[in-house]
Amino acid sequence: MVTATPEIRVQNLSIQYGEKVALAGASFEVMPNEIFGIIGPANSGKTSFLKVLNRMDTFTPGMRFSGTAEVGGRDVRSWRNLYALRRRIGVVFPLPVGLPLSVYDNVAFAPRLAGVRGKAELDAIVERCLRRAALWDEVKDRLKALGSLLSGGQQQRLTIARALSQEPSILLLDEFSIAVDPVTTMRIEDVLKELKQEMTIVLVTNLVQQARRLADRTAFFLMGECVSVSPTEALFTGDADPRARDYVEGRFG
Amino acid sequence: MFDATPRNLKDARREGLVRILFLLMTALLVLPVLLILGVLVAKGGSALSWDFLFTEPTDGMTAGGLLPALVGTIWLVVIALIVSVPIGIAAALYLSEYAPDNWLTRAINLAIINLAGVPSIVHALFGVGAFVIFFGFGTSILAASFTLAVMTLPVVIVSTREALQAVPQSFREACWNMGATRWQTIRKVVLPNSISGILTGVILEVSRTAGETAPIMFTGAAFFLPFLPESVYDQTMAMSLHLFVVATQVPNVPDNLPFGVALVLIGMVLAMNAISIAFRTWLRRKKKW
Ligand SMILES: Nc1ncnc2c1ncn2[C@@H]1O[C@H](COP(=O)(O)OP(=O)(O)OP(=O)(O)O)[C@@H](O)[C@H]1O
Ligand SMILES: [Mg+2]
Repeated sequence: MVTATPEIRVQNLSIQYGEKVALAGASFEVMPNEIFGIIGPANSGKTSFLKVLNRMDTFTPGMRFSGTAEVGGRDVRSWRNLYALRRRIGVVFPLPVGLPLSVYDNVAFAPRLAGVRGKAELDAIVERCLRRAALWDEVKDRLKALGSLLSGGQQQRLTIARALSQEPSILLLDEFSIAVDPVTTMRIEDVLKELKQEMTIVLVTNLVQQARRLADRTAFFLMGECVSVSPTEALFTGDADPRARDYVEGRFG
Repeated sequence: MFDATPRNLKDARREGLVRILFLLMTALLVLPVLLILGVLVAKGGSALSWDFLFTEPTDGMTAGGLLPALVGTIWLVVIALIVSVPIGIAAALYLSEYAPDNWLTRAINLAIINLAGVPSIVHALFGVGAFVIFFGFGTSILAASFTLAVMTLPVVIVSTREALQAVPQSFREACWNMGATRWQTIRKVVLPNSISGILTGVILEVSRTAGETAPIMFTGAAFFLPFLPESVYDQTMAMSLHLFVVATQVPNVPDNLPFGVALVLIGMVLAMNAISIAFRTWLRRKKKW
């Protein structure tokens, strides 16, 4: 672990929307096969950080970033083929987007982009990803139904299945459980713990306890500043930054 | 405890009034359409017959049919659409899906919207200058259809762009985030979800193209030419101009003839629309969009 190259490394990363600074000078590393939590109050720049990794700034008006952001040891700006970068990274955002395609086609979308054509192979991928997203049992009889007509929580899990179908080496989860009921959330959390073997997971969450259950290390963002990065338990027990302590203990604001 | 307050009652009454007002306005809109159709059928119905549709005009256009005009209009509309629809959709795709949002794009968009509002007589003069004279098409079906195409192009672009923009941005971003290129996103998600809107725009243009008189009058439509066109370099009669001619320019035309021509023109537009709508429905059915 000590010698491994970090899967994600940011050095002095700053993000701006027009004149507004969303993140100022953050530096930290995310190691392969770890679950890296990010917590912090609203507007602290958590989502903006995820957007940089996937180069979403290329289609977000006004968004710019400076400093270094590396994925797999390579600066994200040096990827000449952004599509390859994005296929490597699965993302799940808080507002679920079921594409107006069938459930099946939603999950088969990325594999097809990657050139998978065989029906049997696609079937297998679709089933595996839907199972991992804890959605298979609910939709297995209506794979041909429109993905955009599923319930909110189901669409969120569909989004997770879609992200997994890319077979990403990095999975970015932004408040994935916001629309998902607690029981299903627990099932997905169990899956995430298994997925750790295969990929690196960055978990942005508003639920401090979720970070505590899942994350190996956790960063605390506050008003555009990365205040601390520490093993998650240290936030609760050790001598964490007092602002982080206040936040996790609910004394914030 | 749950009795309606005076305030509730007032709101309910206002709601009723507004609804009736809007209903009246709608009725006001439908009424003239029905009246026009009624008058046309009443006055022109007696002119209709197979001979009317499938023979040439005779006796200085006071008798006989309108076949050359019918065929001419079909030529004009079809060629105009073959030119303007692909170009218009491609341009709209570029403007909506690829072009960066900068002053140049905004200027182009503004220009197109203004172009869509240019009166058709101005397009006619442009057509004479560009297609009849400069490109040397002469007064011909080709020159007239190209003029119609230039006239419809901005409208096709605007309506297509509107249809594309109705597709939520979140769909595109979800695709891009999976590593789809713009074109893959367009093909798999954007176009399938905007095609009926795009076709609706095209359908409206079919009607307009078939009915326009000014742009074809100087560029390829003939006053009286009782033969079917043999190539795109021929002149041709056209329904809209023919209607104008028999209604105002020729003496001693039987009363029911102009109304008959108008009825056929409307019927033709309806038929073309019906075909496009059937096509649209078929597309939707096929892909279960
Ligand atoms: N597309 C955008 N355009 C302009 N400003 C933006 C945009 N996205 C985010 N911002 C601004 O950047 C700042 C950080 O936003 P960000 O979404 O990263 O916060 P967050 O930590 O994810 O918050 P939350 O917990 O509410 O999701 C906010 O002040 C926000 O207003
Ligand atoms: Mg956020």
